[in-house]
Amino acid sequence: MAQAAIELIGINKSFGAVRANRDINLEIARGTIHGIVGENGAGKSTLMSILYGFYQADSGEIRVGGKPASIKTSNDAIALGIGMVHQHFMLVDNFTVLENIILGAESDALLKKSIAKARSELERLEREYGLEVDPDAIIEELPVGLQQRVEILKALYRGAEILILDEPTGVLTPAEADHLFRILKQLKEQGKTVVLITHKLREIMAITDNVSVMRQGTMVATRETAKTTVGELAELMVGRRVLLRVEKGEAEAGAVKLAVKNLTVKDSRDVTMVDDISFDIKAGEIVGIAGVAGNGQSELLEAISGIRRAVSGSVMLDGKPIDLTGAADPGELRDRGLAHVPEDRHHVGLVLAFEENENSILGYHDDPRYLKGPFLNIDAIMADAKDKIEKYDIRPGNPRLKTANFSGGNQQKIVLAREMEQDPGVLIVGQPTRGVDVGAIEFIHKRLIAMRDQGKAVLVVSVELDEIRSLSDRILVMFAGRIVGERGPEATEGELGLLMAGVERQEAAE
Amino acid sequence: MDVFIAIVQILDSTIRLSVPLLLACLAGLYSERAGVFDIGLEGKMLVGAFAGAAAASVFHSAFLGLGMAIVMSVAFALVHGFASITHRGNQIVSGVAINFVAAGSTIILGQAWFQQGGRTPALQPGERFEAITLPGAAAIHDVPIIGPIYSELLSGHSILVYLAFAMVPFTWWVLFRTRFGLRLRAVGENPAAVDTAGISVAWLRYRALICTGILTGIAGAYLSMVQNGGFVKDMTAGKGYIALAALIFAKWRPVNAMFACLLFGFLDAAAIRLQGSPLPLIGKVPVQFMQALPYVLTVILLAGFIGKAIPPRAGGVPYVKER
Repeated sequence: MAQAAIELIGINKSFGAVRANRDINLEIARGTIHGIVGENGAGKSTLMSILYGFYQADSGEIRVGGKPASIKTSNDAIALGIGMVHQHFMLVDNFTVLENIILGAESDALLKKSIAKARSELERLEREYGLEVDPDAIIEELPVGLQQRVEILKALYRGAEILILDEPTGVLTPAEADHLFRILKQLKEQGKTVVLITHKLREIMAITDNVSVMRQGTMVATRETAKTTVGELAELMVGRRVLLRVEKGEAEAGAVKLAVKNLTVKDSRDVTMVDDISFDIKAGEIVGIAGVAGNGQSELLEAISGIRRAVSGSVMLDGKPIDLTGAADPGELRDRGLAHVPEDRHHVGLVLAFEENENSILGYHDDPRYLKGPFLNIDAIMADAKDKIEKYDIRPGNPRLKTANFSGGNQQKIVLAREMEQDPGVLIVGQPTRGVDVGAIEFIHKRLIAMRDQGKAVLVVSVELDEIRSLSDRILVMFAGRIVGERGPEATEGELGLLMAGVERQEAAE
Repeated sequence: MDVFIAIVQILDSTIRLSVPLLLACLAGLYSERAGVFDIGLEGKMLVGAFAGAAAASVFHSAFLGLGMAIVMSVAFALVHGFASITHRGNQIVSGVAINFVAAGSTIILGQAWFQQGGRTPALQPGERFEAITLPGAAAIHDVPIIGPIYSELLSGHSILVYLAFAMVPFTWWVLFRTRFGLRLRAVGENPAAVDTAGISVAWLRYRALICTGILTGIAGAYLSMVQNGGFVKDMTAGKGYIALAALIFAKWRPVNAMFACLLFGFLDAAAIRLQGSPLPLIGKVPVQFMQALPYVLTVILLAGFIGKAIPPRAGGVPYVKER
């Protein structure tokens, strides 16, 4: 093994009574890509924040390049050649790329000189690592993939030899993620050390050399990636065997519950996003819509759930039309048995500043069950929330806690619990497990299949192909706003991948 | 020719009346660009006005008065910083509190020290900032058009007037051409980005507030030592709030701020000039209407004519270091 770039010895960190990191030992070899996996709340981010000087460890030692290092602030970390790409980008949105890159690392008190120097340095970095980006572009006008590139350039500009990336692919499309991985491999070839924090095991398998697994604040194992499997890693993460593919019986499809006919939807820029789509969903089946993000899935979901205006076409729920003028009353749709788990739980699904119990009835708050005359029946709401917490294993199990304080996976469970427990006839789910842990994914999948087995019609839209293949009884593939193919659950990844890439139906079938 | 002279006179008083607004507006610009809302501009100006006039009359020095105005105003700015940066308190509440403390304490101290009903003694020559006559103003005075413009409009103001207008390009230069300005704007947009870049968010915001304090101090000194010959209670009369409106109106940009303040100053000047005299076609306009105009104008212009004014994104939010 090459010389260690970073050694962590006996790191401990507590927040109040919570021990976020316990006695962590970790060695990261120079010039490798090292993955760190673990469920949300396993302590990965805390550990990396200690390394980047955001927090101070209570005890333990950090060695960088073999020498003991004291990292009290981000400045110390930067001086030691550690750069970090945060999950939520640390960029000033209305600044240019160059201004963001020099912020805090200006070479001169006057901007002109700093920017001139940064511009030539940036050109060199762009050439060396293939990280092209327009230095004068305004950040908020760049797609997220490029914004992330700016973050990487920022770290490299500060002379980073060790690059930490926290959940870098969470916001990227698959194509952007592939590009990122190529960049990371290139960085490795140039002798940089990359630490990749993620909970997506596929990514770990695809590009890391070594992988360390964290669980509940401890480092449970470190493996050479080539000598481990996804199954083993998942088991180490959760601490028990995990079904990556949920068992399910044959679907017993019944009557048509939701019928979409010749639906066409445009987005706010007047671009046709959903182009003359027709399909049915029957009671007792799960229909999955696969596709690369941005091929019209979001607009389709929004149109069916009455949020976005459709240009033409119809959607029938139990034989009766849904108002597609964009003025549909969501409450009325709920009454008619249509439940919707939106793709973006933060902006649409939840009010993060509310308590858990309030979110757990959001949209159903005028249901007589939760009312006492004109007032909310707090006792009933709390009892209901507690019930859901137990049933869906929402952690921490405190209905009075602010929703923002739950992890992403648990927030998702709050939304799912709310929508599923209303016993809808049709359930529409967008990205059911985005940002959700392996253990919780298994649980959510099981619940969705249980809904199906109760005779509900379920529509799942996901960019995770594995999820679609694991859940669906029928798979529809969307490309450029159209359904380009329908396959059974036995379809191979390669076959679906070709369809998703827009390769013609006939070619894919061959 | 009379009309011309009248216009020159109105513009001249426009400049005089705009100066305190402009200084306060630029003061607010530093603070708000750094992400700290400052509704306490009014209070800091008032404290500056009192401290300036009091010190000038006690020490018989205009410059000592100005210095004391700045020191006291900065001290109040630091209190705002201590409450809202260090202790992450609500910036609006802290600002309002500063306004109340300023309004009350200046009267109490003024009465205790000078026994003139909260006023400070009338300032003598040498204790005030006198008008400066620009070179050649007298010589050129009788030249038509240019003469009155140069000698009436441009010449004959105090040093603080020229300072205030010089602050406009200076502020622009600081904000957009220096490292400090880049960081200051960054901390008002995304303090986490500044923090992870290894810069102290708190210290940066404190420095912005010190800039604010210096400028409100000068604004206050102008009120009590130039416009007026001493401190009168509540003499800021809402100028801090108009400055805030001008700041929004100017979309937090220095040059826009100057024009916004000149516009408000002009309305003020026109209101004074037109007091009691009937307007053609309209007839006599109540003075209250003219006085309300700046506010009415702000509402109308903000509502539709200047487009969306987007404040610094981190404005009003105390920075808490959390991932």
